[in-house]
Amino acid sequence: MTVNMTKGQAISLQKNDGGTLTAVRMGLGWQAAPRRGLFGSRTREIDLDASAVLFADKQPVDVVFFRHLVSDDGSVRHTGDNLVGGAGQGGDDESILVDLQRIPVHIDQIVFTVNSFTGQTFQEVQNAFCRLVDETNGQELARYTLAGGGQYTAQIMAKVHRAGAGWQMTALGTPANGRTFQDLMPAILPHL
Amino acid sequence: MTAELVRGQNHPLSQVRLEVRISAGKPVVAGATLSDEQGKIRGVEWVAHPGAPTLPGLEVSKQAAADHRLAFDLDALPEHVHRVSVLLALPSGVGGPVRFGAVAAPFVAVTGLDGAEVASYTVTGLDAESAVVAMELYRRQGAWKVRAVGQGYAGGLAELLADQGLPEAQQLAGSINEAVARGMARSVAAPPPRTADADRSRQAASSAPGADQPYPGPQGAPGTVTPPQSPYDTPGPQGSATPGQGYPSGTTPPDPSAVTQPSASVGGGINYTHPGRQTAAPPPPAPTAPPAEPGRPAQPVAGDATGWSMDERLYNQVWGMFEDLARTTAAYRSAVDFADSRMEKELDQVLSDPRSRIGGQGDAAREAARARHAQLVDQAREALDRDLAQLVAESEVVEPALPTAYARWDNPVWHGYRVPMEIPMALRLGDLSLPESERLSIPMLLRLPLERGLWIDSGRTSADGGLADADELRRLAMDTAVALAARLLAVYPVGEFTVHVIDPAGSGASSLAPLTQSGVLDVPPAVGAAGVSEVLARLTQRVDLVQMAIRGGASDSLPPGFDTAEQLLIVNDFPHGFDDRAVTQLRYLADEGPAVGVHLMMVADREDAAAYGPLLDPLWRSLMRLTPVADDHLADPWVGHAWTYEPTLVPPGSQVLQQVLAQVAAARRPWNR
Repeated sequence: MTVNMTKGQAISLQKNDGGTLTAVRMGLGWQAAPRRGLFGSRTREIDLDASAVLFADKQPVDVVFFRHLVSDDGSVRHTGDNLVGGAGQGGDDESILVDLQRIPVHIDQIVFTVNSFTGQTFQEVQNAFCRLVDETNGQELARYTLAGGGQYTAQIMAKVHRAGAGWQMTALGTPANGRTFQDLMPAILPHL
Repeated sequence: MTAELVRGQNHPLSQVRLEVRISAGKPVVAGATLSDEQGKIRGVEWVAHPGAPTLPGLEVSKQAAADHRLAFDLDALPEHVHRVSVLLALPSGVGGPVRFGAVAAPFVAVTGLDGAEVASYTVTGLDAESAVVAMELYRRQGAWKVRAVGQGYAGGLAELLADQGLPEAQQLAGSINEAVARGMARSVAAPPPRTADADRSRQAASSAPGADQPYPGPQGAPGTVTPPQSPYDTPGPQGSATPGQGYPSGTTPPDPSAVTQPSASVGGGINYTHPGRQTAAPPPPAPTAPPAEPGRPAQPVAGDATGWSMDERLYNQVWGMFEDLARTTAAYRSAVDFADSRMEKELDQVLSDPRSRIGGQGDAAREAARARHAQLVDQAREALDRDLAQLVAESEVVEPALPTAYARWDNPVWHGYRVPMEIPMALRLGDLSLPESERLSIPMLLRLPLERGLWIDSGRTSADGGLADADELRRLAMDTAVALAARLLAVYPVGEFTVHVIDPAGSGASSLAPLTQSGVLDVPPAVGAAGVSEVLARLTQRVDLVQMAIRGGASDSLPPGFDTAEQLLIVNDFPHGFDDRAVTQLRYLADEGPAVGVHLMMVADREDAAAYGPLLDPLWRSLMRLTPVADDHLADPWVGHAWTYEPTLVPPGSQVLQQVLAQVAAARRPWNR
């Protein structure tokens, strides 16, 4: 069922049965750098970070990232920072949960981004992906493969925005460079 | 993508690491049996059940639940296993339904590890059966397949297991049922549908046995106060179940050679439970919040949070409500701020646009901006009101269910007060509210033992608007302090909390009357400079002594007769009667005391100590400031709103404080002698 989304493709977050989505999760997973013992190892760990920026009419209102794990209104929650990545088996290493029904009325867009905090480009990261999942049944809505993605350290992944009474998701997939979401703000703004 | 199977249909499995999800609406037992190519279970070690939940390659839940997720790794199963049957059974002997006909048709789905469903099956057409083989996973030509089975057994687990050729079916069924019953007693869930009274007698019972109770066990719960209120409390194993529970042959004497778990007493003759601990078992599992109607919030239930005891669950629930209110208000405020700034911007634009000066265009644009503003604010308010209504409804069920330590003084639970045997988790200091939510106040619960001192500010606050005069404020502050001290005395077990009072000028005498007259103070309030230095010297020495003992690793070598209780020192009229030495001692107590159980409660106006300049600022900062009148000076930990704090005071004319303190004093008398 997974949609491998292409850049700019919009999908409506309507379920097959007509109901709208109530909760989505952005998952980010990547494979940890190989370890060669603990002592004397100069292996550079890979730390990717998932962030979500909440916009009201193109004004950033709130950000959920590893230093602010829950939006003030409680509708967006980051489950915690992972500094090294996982086994690369497809499990999410960082997740951001969004309760679409509880998002404050003035928030009209939420942009999801991925950054390489330690500075490795996506070319150097193994098995990196990010995906959007319908949290209520675990179904994957969209997936991007980041690995081998070129000389970039960040990606503006997707935006979830209001459309009528419900929500829509648009895949952005724009590569960018930056250490945290702040560096990406100029790159995000054209997509709003 | 999902294959919805009908009975007998099969479907290939492409993965070997799978989950089987079960949802049944009511708690059911889920298990799995392995069998060889003859379809025979080779022994009890081939059955995964709540008493033995893990086998190589699969794991089932330890207890009955409405939803299960069983994990399978088919590659890890022994070579000669050809079939895995997923079975469901209704827990017996615990008072739930005894036939599948009485519950909704269970739904079983095989999913991948990512949650994608591979195949699902709804087990329909069951009636008197109490156990059912729902699905089986089986090897076929080197690959695994799943088949919908739906074979029910009116004779329950025993018959099901026997059907698969297990000789010890009877015993195993018995031990499974016992494991489930034990799991139910352990599991954390909300209490049974409450008349609040029933719950309160429970609370009182589990926290306050009198001296005459026969079994003051370590759990502190008497065995005889409360009759078992729930079938889950019924002592003894399930073997005592009435006939017709699905395995009528439960009375068969056990075959000693086949008993696999010594603790599994089949046949129900011996009751192994400790007689004094019957009601000390965790609260009975009971229906959690009834399922919500679609599109509507669930009916609130008191204790609907995690925790090992009702106390802890209510504590967590109250904190959950606190966070919810903080967050929903943050959403509302953020939306209103945004609406304000947007309207301002739009009005500015109208003003700077020369075209708007002609005709009515400008007015129309202004009107439109205001309408947009009002519409957004209305929407935000609607969302806030919806959340508030839900929290108010929750508060209405939670408040009456609170135990004494969390309850307001006007809560009837205080009239049934009994001296507790255990320190509660937390203490209610007052109520918290936000301007947006006048209808709703959240209990402010502070964890015990105290970690920092308290400061009841008798000075002017920003919110009183100059209504109360200075003397009135001082009296209110002292009343607040006494109400809090009385509350602390009441919720601590006898002999574990001692209150000292310094009232140098005797100005707090009338407020202190409930404490002094009831006899809960060991020594009368200290007056004059001599009294101040005497009390401070005693407590300072105590802190020093305990610290030495702890540092020396010899905390059991404190002098005989040493009072191990926590100490609370109420200081009125600071710094009246204090010399520099006394101030230094007080600061020592504030810094070092809390770690060794000596706490300060200052009733003071900071202005009175202005002569000390900034020297005392660290002292004030180290104390938690409370006010005798409503004042917005407390911040929540999530968003940082300014919350209005209101102390919990005894309602005017109520004698509840005196009654409670009289009981505390009566309990202390024999203790002190």
